[in-house]
Amino acid sequence: MAFELDGRTYEVDEEGYLADLSEWNAEVAAYMAKEDDCDLDENHWEVINFLREYYDEYQIAPAVRVLTKAIGKKLGKDKGNSKYLYELFPYGPAKQACKYAGLPKPTGCV
Amino acid sequence: MSETKKFMYVNRHAPYGTVYALEGLEVVLIGAAFEQDVSMAFIGDGVFQLKQGQDTADSDMKNFSPAYRALGDYEVNCLYVERESLEERGLNEDDLMPLTWEDEDDDWAEKKSIHIVSRAQLSDLLEEQDVILNF
Repeated sequence: MAFELDGRTYEVDEEGYLADLSEWNAEVAAYMAKEDDCDLDENHWEVINFLREYYDEYQIAPAVRVLTKAIGKKLGKDKGNSKYLYELFPYGPAKQACKYAGLPKPTGCV
Repeated sequence: MSETKKFMYVNRHAPYGTVYALEGLEVVLIGAAFEQDVSMAFIGDGVFQLKQGQDTADSDMKNFSPAYRALGDYEVNCLYVERESLEERGLNEDDLMPLTWEDEDDDWAEKKSIHIVSRAQLSDLLEEQDVILNF
């Protein structure tokens, strides 16, 4: 599967995750979000950028439990909880945010 | 939830010649969601999985060694490495990645995850487990 954006073709897997994460850019994230009827604001970007940094450091996309704890440590308790993260990403914070971040589906995804 | 069981994942293969190491690590990360008492053991060529400074650029494979550093986030805090296996391969503890975990009950103090144990100690540890999975 693939989609086209600004004259470029992006390969994705059957669940919509980007095949080659080096192709990722902010427009790709915004496009994927729009397909899900989701407008990315700065709170979404905070999580997406966090995930990209996490992947860069550990080479894995974190499970939702690990993401929640790590966000809490970095951005504060009011953001490091499932309610806040599910409001931003109703399809599941790790799954949905990882997709927009161009990462593979999280390891240990529940 | 039912009672917690002691799970030990025993890693016996070098990281890149086969898929055992990567698949084993993924199972550990997935299994961590079930909140069991999880530890890992590294014996034989498995000790190479924890070696510092892995570089896979020439082999066209992904270097997944940074993922071992995430184990602490997944509450996998006990990695037992067999001393004899290290010595037989000319390695010692300083050749391994300095893996740590943060103890929530001790003001997030950083603690070492890797424990070097003798073959005899490891045999005792294996005896204590409810479930042993080999990779």
